[in-house]
Amino acid sequence: MSIRRYWPALVGVGLVIFMAVLPLLNISIPGILPTPTYQPGTLALLSLCMVFASLALSYNLLLGTSGMLSFGHALYFGAGAYGLGIALEHFGVPLFPGVFVALIGGMIIAFVTGAVAMRVSGIPFAMVTLAFAQAGSVLVRRNSAITGGEEGLSLNTEQVPDFLVGVINTRNLYWFALAVLVIVYLVTLWVDTSRLGHLARATRENEQRVRVLGLRPYRVRLIVFVIAAVLASLAGVAYMLLQSGTVPRSVSADLTITVLVMVVLGGVGFRWGAIVGGVLYTLLDQRLTVLAGSEAIASLPDFLRIPLSEPLFLLGALFIIVVMFLPGGIAGTIDGWWRRRHGERHVRDSLRSIDDAEADADAVGASEVRA
Amino acid sequence: MSTIILTLVTGVGLGALYFLVASGLSLIYGLMHVLNFAHGAFLTLSAFLGWMVAQALGTESWWSFLVSILVGAAVGAVFATLTELVLIRPLYERHIEQVLVTVGLSFAAVALFEGVWGTDAIPISGPPWLKETTEILGARIPNVYWILMLAAGLVLAALVLFLKKTRYGMIIRAGVENRSMVTALGIDVRRSFTLVFAIGGAAAGIGGVLAMHYSTFVSAHLGSTLLIFAFIVTVVGGLGSLTGAAVASVLVAVLQQFANFYLGGTGDFIVVILLAVVLLVRPSGLLGRKA
Repeated sequence: MSIRRYWPALVGVGLVIFMAVLPLLNISIPGILPTPTYQPGTLALLSLCMVFASLALSYNLLLGTSGMLSFGHALYFGAGAYGLGIALEHFGVPLFPGVFVALIGGMIIAFVTGAVAMRVSGIPFAMVTLAFAQAGSVLVRRNSAITGGEEGLSLNTEQVPDFLVGVINTRNLYWFALAVLVIVYLVTLWVDTSRLGHLARATRENEQRVRVLGLRPYRVRLIVFVIAAVLASLAGVAYMLLQSGTVPRSVSADLTITVLVMVVLGGVGFRWGAIVGGVLYTLLDQRLTVLAGSEAIASLPDFLRIPLSEPLFLLGALFIIVVMFLPGGIAGTIDGWWRRRHGERHVRDSLRSIDDAEADADAVGASEVRA
Repeated sequence: MSTIILTLVTGVGLGALYFLVASGLSLIYGLMHVLNFAHGAFLTLSAFLGWMVAQALGTESWWSFLVSILVGAAVGAVFATLTELVLIRPLYERHIEQVLVTVGLSFAAVALFEGVWGTDAIPISGPPWLKETTEILGARIPNVYWILMLAAGLVLAALVLFLKKTRYGMIIRAGVENRSMVTALGIDVRRSFTLVFAIGGAAAGIGGVLAMHYSTFVSAHLGSTLLIFAFIVTVVGGLGSLTGAAVASVLVAVLQQFANFYLGGTGDFIVVILLAVVLLVRPSGLLGRKA
């Protein structure tokens, strides 16, 4: 029995070790990875997968654990990326203090915007976070003296240690991205299992009851929101280092929606689901783009060629199908199947439980109005 | 003085455009609690098809302008109805998933539009009068703003008449007020969901064709930019309140124009500040009821 309890952790540690030695091995997976695993092409792609997996994990903390549907998560990712870039470019600080500045910046922005946005909840909350992210995106685009505007901001490599610069060192960047993913995972694990996480889940299920118990749902939500934002900033920092630059897209609502797609695809409320979603989405996006440019597609008639040559169309359609027919996402479906096989009646379906909680809140709100 | 009037009138005109998009969003949210991200896609498709029709009939004439607006409204209504029937209805009462589906739809639709009409903005033209200006108290106001105001005024009047005077309008108003009571009275509220979507889609379609003339180009991203301001307008005005949406559209757009002119192009930013202030002071919006 005790072995069974530990085996998820063992699998996790094994996987991390495997990922860590991957740059030293020669494994080719044609069709999925562009080159053998020790070459920079694949390492860069895998690093990007891990950065987005970290971002998806941080978003899962918001949507899965505390049931907040935010459309402004990219703001904090962008704050990390641009924060680091600006700190290196305009203040000339070395890399690690620069990372610190970026994370603090992300935290402050999250605290201010989160405190305002949490005046409302549910769908209005989604709209308000979207508006904040939009304001951030506009600021980035307009102030081209600081952020490089539409052109984007490239990383000032003078301040970065040599071992993290250049194609030759993709391996080190890969390990950096892996470290970020592990850190983000451990923090989300800690939040999920701590008192804070329990409270956040309780608030998601029934805010009224949490308040009756004398606890403060607002504060719990805000803390989780800020933690998720700082983790997103960390992912943004990794993204900046990895791509040695960033464009305004990393602050846009588009990116938030992309992350949302990753989390829902992977399975809301499952940490490993978020990782699977992030990795799968990034790989699909990459592969579909290659497919779109292929000759087999170009020779098809228009009504097939146009949809197939737009990766975002295919991903959007896939997303709709997952939401409609596979509401638990990949992780939720596998988990449900596993639990049913082991005779458990109760199957987790996070999205639906968030919905139910919201319906309850609506009902309570309505009765308050009537009273 | 003339610049103040110019800014004011263009602000009201822009507000009219926001209202065309926000009215549908607000009604849909009020009745169904669905935040419709696909609203921008309705708008963009209407603009593209409206432009194709106008091109076929000759872009200079008023006749083709009018037909393109009607086509836009019809396209918006049909697209919205299909969305409701195919995507929203199967997910009845599951609001988060309904939102996610509309997100996916807008994602897929924008990509498809890019595939069909290209990623670059297509410059368009309309009746020459739209490009001219009319002088009011010394301010030279582009004529397209009058059309925007006229269209929004007509849509607002039609919506108010429909909601106040017809049986379906009454069901919708009652549904916004208290849906379970309406259901308890034996009225199938779900039928009015489709109707609300169709109305919202038609308003967005008109808005799409006019937004195209306003910005003198049409692109796959025409809707996404407007949609965010429409969201802000609906939250500021109070979700589900049509009057709130009308008041907030004008307020937001006028403020935006003044900030753009007098505070060095900070309009978009000021609007978000306004949103934050409204939320801090009145979380339910200007005319929203539920506290």
